[in-house]
Amino acid sequence: MPDTLPLDQPHAARQKWMAVLARAQADMLGERLGDPPAYRVLRGPETGLVMVRGRTGGGGAPFNLGEMTATRCTIRTDDGFVGHAYIAGRNERLAELAALADALLQDPVRRPVLLAEVIEPLAQAQQAQREAVAAKAAATRVQFFAMQNMRS
Amino acid sequence: MSATITLPGFADPVGEAQATFRAVLDAMSRPGSLHRTGARLDAPPPLAAATAAVLLTLVDNETPLWLDPAADAARDWLAFHCGAVIVAAPDKAAFAVALSPVELGSLAVGSHEAPEDAATLIVQVAALGSGVGYRLAGPGLREPTLFAADGLPADFVQRWQRNHALYPCGVDLILCAGTTLAALPRSVSIEEA
Repeated sequence: MPDTLPLDQPHAARQKWMAVLARAQADMLGERLGDPPAYRVLRGPETGLVMVRGRTGGGGAPFNLGEMTATRCTIRTDDGFVGHAYIAGRNERLAELAALADALLQDPVRRPVLLAEVIEPLAQAQQAQREAVAAKAAATRVQFFAMQNMRS
Repeated sequence: MSATITLPGFADPVGEAQATFRAVLDAMSRPGSLHRTGARLDAPPPLAAATAAVLLTLVDNETPLWLDPAADAARDWLAFHCGAVIVAAPDKAAFAVALSPVELGSLAVGSHEAPEDAATLIVQVAALGSGVGYRLAGPGLREPTLFAADGLPADFVQRWQRNHALYPCGVDLILCAGTTLAALPRSVSIEEA
């Protein structure tokens, strides 16, 4: 999970915003980016399959869980920043917007504003969404240990 | 690394790669015939459009690529768009790109058990269809035909004869200039015209 990545890694900040962008809604992201500067698409957006691997057995040997659809895009802004995006699913518009946002976020001049106005609200919305789902699930949680407590 | 990719690859990756593959196939089947490709491609200097199109079509992460030091400026573009593994030793490469004459014997020529392991050398020349004349004969040519290229080394015929003598081993050549390509498979014999 991106939230648990160690923060002393040099790319931690970029990994965090790329993770937020990959989970964003295309409409919301497009709205928040507003009127972006000119850019050129270097690759994609193109859809393909990636193998999802897990670990299995006591030794943690790699195990191919299955393939999932992913869409990737790379763009270059006219001032020379190259942005990449890999997203789950086949939303090409989101892939392009996420790549654009990644490129703009690498520009030290734009970064503070974008982090505050795009990434932070999106991250909060995604966190709220996760918590809402978790709360809904928690409401129907079965307390198996309640029975033991009743007997003792 | 990513900061130096400045140009896109094929605008229509499937269609343009298929068209280029067909051009290479036709060129190999009829040695010395000229074919056009890569007209819509914005090739990274110093590569010509045809050279870049052939590389985008043929090279991927399973085909090690040797790059002429003079073409080093296109290294990042190739690594990104082809996913190619760029090797330092020419004899380890499945494809090689040369902007200046290289020794054909320095590339992998295959073995009698596996002649398909030989490398394909992509040479970028100044012009095709004009310049020094050569007479080609061999499979794919009903009768000897004339072929002209500008920019091959002066002793190209002697070099080629050494390569042709290795048949069924030996290097295949794809010549590119601008948006034009021609091929000289190892089976063709070349004389000065």
